Amino acid sequence: MSEFPTQANVVVIGAGIVGNSMAFHLSKLGWRDIVLLDKGPLPNPGGSTGHASNFIFLVDHSKEMCKFTLDSVKQYKELGVFTRSGGIEVARTPERMEELKRRVASGKSWGVQEMELLSPQEVKQHVPFLDSNVILGGFYTHGIGTVDSLRAGTLMREYAQGIGALQVFPNTEITGLKVENGHIRAVQTNKGTIHANTVIIACGIWSPRIARMAGAHISLTPAVHQMISVGPVPQFANTVGEIEFPIVRDMDTNMYERQHGGDMEVGSYAHRPILWEPDDIPSIEQAALSPTELPFTKPDFDLQMEQALELMPDILGNEQVGIRYAINGLLSLTPDGFPILGETPEVKGLWSVAAVWIKEAPGIARAVAEWMTNGNPEIDPSGSDIARFYDHQKTKFHAKARSAEGFNKTYGIVHPREQWSTNRQVRLSPFYTRERELGAVFFETAGWERPNWYESNRKLLTGYGDRTMPRANEWDARWWSPIINAEHLAMRERVGMVDLSAFAIFDVTGPGTCDYMQKMAVAQMDVPVGRVVYTSLLNEHGGIKADLTIMRLGPDHYRVVTGGFDGMRDKKWFTDHLPEDGTVQLSDLTSAWATLGVWGPQARALLQSITETDLSNKAFPFGTCQWLEIETVRVLASRISYVGESGWELYVPFEQGARLWDLVWEAGQKFGIVPVGIGVYATTGRLEKGYRAYGNELEQEYNLVEAGMQRPQVKSQDFIGKAAYLEQRAKPPAAVLCTLTVDDNTSASGVKRYMMGREPILDLEGEPLVDAHGRRSYVTSAGGGPSIGKHILMSYLPPAYAKPGTKLKVEYFGEQYPVTVAAVGATPLFDPSNERVKA
Amino acid sequence: MNILVCIKRVPLTGDKLVLTPDAQTLDTRLLGFTISPHEECAVEEAVRLVEKYGGSSVALTLGVEPATEQLRDAMAIGIDRAIHLVTGADDNAPEWDPLATAGAIADAIRADGAAFDLLLFGNEAADSGGYQVGIRVAHTLDLPCVTGVKGLEVNGNMLTAKRETAGGMEIFELPLPAVVTVKEGLNLPRYPSLPGRLKAKKKPIVTSSLAWRDGGLEKLQLKLPPEQTHQAEMLGKGADAAPRVVDVLERLGLL
Repeated sequence: MSEFPTQANVVVIGAGIVGNSMAFHLSKLGWRDIVLLDKGPLPNPGGSTGHASNFIFLVDHSKEMCKFTLDSVKQYKELGVFTRSGGIEVARTPERMEELKRRVASGKSWGVQEMELLSPQEVKQHVPFLDSNVILGGFYTHGIGTVDSLRAGTLMREYAQGIGALQVFPNTEITGLKVENGHIRAVQTNKGTIHANTVIIACGIWSPRIARMAGAHISLTPAVHQMISVGPVPQFANTVGEIEFPIVRDMDTNMYERQHGGDMEVGSYAHRPILWEPDDIPSIEQAALSPTELPFTKPDFDLQMEQALELMPDILGNEQVGIRYAINGLLSLTPDGFPILGETPEVKGLWSVAAVWIKEAPGIARAVAEWMTNGNPEIDPSGSDIARFYDHQKTKFHAKARSAEGFNKTYGIVHPREQWSTNRQVRLSPFYTRERELGAVFFETAGWERPNWYESNRKLLTGYGDRTMPRANEWDARWWSPIINAEHLAMRERVGMVDLSAFAIFDVTGPGTCDYMQKMAVAQMDVPVGRVVYTSLLNEHGGIKADLTIMRLGPDHYRVVTGGFDGMRDKKWFTDHLPEDGTVQLSDLTSAWATLGVWGPQARALLQSITETDLSNKAFPFGTCQWLEIETVRVLASRISYVGESGWELYVPFEQGARLWDLVWEAGQKFGIVPVGIGVYATTGRLEKGYRAYGNELEQEYNLVEAGMQRPQVKSQDFIGKAAYLEQRAKPPAAVLCTLTVDDNTSASGVKRYMMGREPILDLEGEPLVDAHGRRSYVTSAGGGPSIGKHILMSYLPPAYAKPGTKLKVEYFGEQYPVTVAAVGATPLFDPSNERVKA
Repeated sequence: MNILVCIKRVPLTGDKLVLTPDAQTLDTRLLGFTISPHEECAVEEAVRLVEKYGGSSVALTLGVEPATEQLRDAMAIGIDRAIHLVTGADDNAPEWDPLATAGAIADAIRADGAAFDLLLFGNEAADSGGYQVGIRVAHTLDLPCVTGVKGLEVNGNMLTAKRETAGGMEIFELPLPAVVTVKEGLNLPRYPSLPGRLKAKKKPIVTSSLAWRDGGLEKLQLKLPPEQTHQAEMLGKGADAAPRVVDVLERLGLL
């Protein structure tokens, strides 16, 4: 065995499927001098990989996770460790049957092939030992299968070792991580110290503990997933290999059943959440089986046994088939259900690849390795970026609360707008009390409680009648109210006030600020003081990294305002690019400034009635900002709009926010002011105007030209991604972001249905649209357009379809609805010449 | 045949044992529990005998409340009912010594009233290893007893029991009712089936709480044996390693 190194280019901690995949992909991308450590032995060091059930279902409602999974399957096949078995999600309830239709649609959106819905009898043809009387149907995916994840890991290590890129040291315990000036410098182990400037934590359930050694946070919680294995199963006696029968997911009971050689594995996500502390997990020596195969707590599985017996009586009801293995297996849960990937915001050079399951590990490792190598992963991992967490989301309290709440949703029917119920009311704007008095229905963003609509506006419904586009279908109407549309119409008629305190706000100051801002932003940033610039930030490869507004408050003073959801990721991007000479400082003022939006035809008259500053179009044009005095409150007013009406965002010191609210509210009465929720701001108002949202339309996999956001000119100054951006502009886009309207929302049963995003767009023959890069067309955002009287969808379409008037279809719960391309590129459906915004 | 099997709840340990700070017991916070392995064979044997000759079987344990789990495990295999002599609320309750345990078990057997043809015990518990309870119960109830048994046969009112010795096998014949303490290897215990587990939930357990009995044995503290060290030696790689592998196998007398 080679000597223990004192130096390495990169140290990967953890030799489960994730660590092995990382070593493999880094070596393929040219990294050398990689050291892989694990405290356990090889090939099974005792982490979650060792007890995984190792099956892979392909469809996920999340595009990011589905793409990671599809890439992983491809890689497992290349390694020769994938066995295709097919898989079926079965439904016991009508609601689940509907959900399965929705899953088919998500599969179509993300490019999953060979899927079909089955009748109970058809399910039984695939799985003869299943009782078809218990189910209403199933969703079959041909490409589902199982993998040998330990073998995959070994092959990956051997590849990297074979090309001389990797040294592997099992039985090596990490005792410390050395950080200097915020940068990782060394890994301390029981065998010695390895100096390295790049360290990857791929330790699964132990990751929080290792990260803490460096002062970083990996916000995951080890949790129990119960699994038993029964055998010998007579029905499997003559099968060849590991698996021949399709894997069954019994979705309504949160369970799965799969053949494993002569045995059947039965696993459950239905029991009570059983959470562990990383520090309490037994050592390898202490554990009876392994540290992640903990003693089976039988009472937690009682109900699941009965339910499994119902579905598979021929096998599980056989008294000769015994429970040969039963564990409380540990796996990683996160507060939002997504993995935790990327460089930690706390420590440069320290990367996390944690909370990753077998089904997605090789794909994720490829993306992170690309990210580490060139900053441009082919699959956009933004949803899993470790930098997404705010401080309160890094606490153990939050991680545990949300992990516990999320656990039973593993196979759940989770509504796209569904709200968390635990750990709410963490971040409250100064308007919160007033909003509650007005019957606000709060949705959460990044811990903020934001009114989505106000019950006090219910009285508006009668006046607007059918223009509020009421929804008869329960699913469509869940976490929604026609009041949103009433608020929208009232704002367009009169004036609305919107709480925007969830914005993340960063002040950037110092002598180097203008140059720095030029480098960061696509738009020209050397603008007169008092200008507000709406701009994108790109990565080096021209992928869209952020979408935000920047105010120039002084020659060396800019204020960045970005969405609450994206705030921490954007902050890391800005911080990472600050010049090393200290000429630019960034301060996070999110908690110092509250924001109140006031928009509508009466917005100017209203605000003019409480401030002496001239608000006329000439004195205060669109795209500028000024300080106003409103009674005793000094506010920074920014004249921009995300809802398509003239008006201002008012930035007010947090503690004076309530005073500002009252002043605007009282003065607004005679102008017919309505409190307006985020339902209008983020959806209806935005979609009527064709405004893009980061994470929906804008992401690293699409570029500005495709998004229809290229500017007439490219500034002469350099900026990140400029070369790529110039290249993108020079050739025709592979897809064009379009706004579509639904021609007829009526379903076969006569009920009007309203898509809510991520549905596949199909041609008139019902075939998916695929662009030249292989990307499928899907709905990036969907919502009502009360002012135009239509349901609005946005989607990237291949150029051949991106023409106004093109007829297409959208699939929603198994039915196809006619849609028409209403606008191509950034042209809005409502007020296309933007007269109202600039009025 | 009416058979009684006495079982004990013992911790399921890994390679490394951890004591509580006062060294009075094992730290079992991270451990699961099981039926002592010899007794698993006793349970299996009881079930097989009843399957073969008819009758019924009872599992008895003296232990803390959570020991119900082990009684259910025995019933999941096929034991018909259970008797639980409860000594405490949780696994921290003080352990009874063999004298007190055997006395309480003998009392419970008398109180139960069933005429047992056969009383099965494990040869010794996996944790305390006292080797006494079965013999003491036999003595108290004035029954014949064979220990360390690895083979059992019933012929009418007679029982044949086999015990391994250094040179071969000792074979005993004794009249029923009798006490037998068995060892692993007697049989291969079956795994519980799902229906077995579900049925076990509905089978009766008679529970009684016991007042502490002092058997006279006092536990001062536990001490861990010196840690066993494992040493691995690389004999070489590929074909070059073959001669050394042969050496080792010869040294071990395997070639």
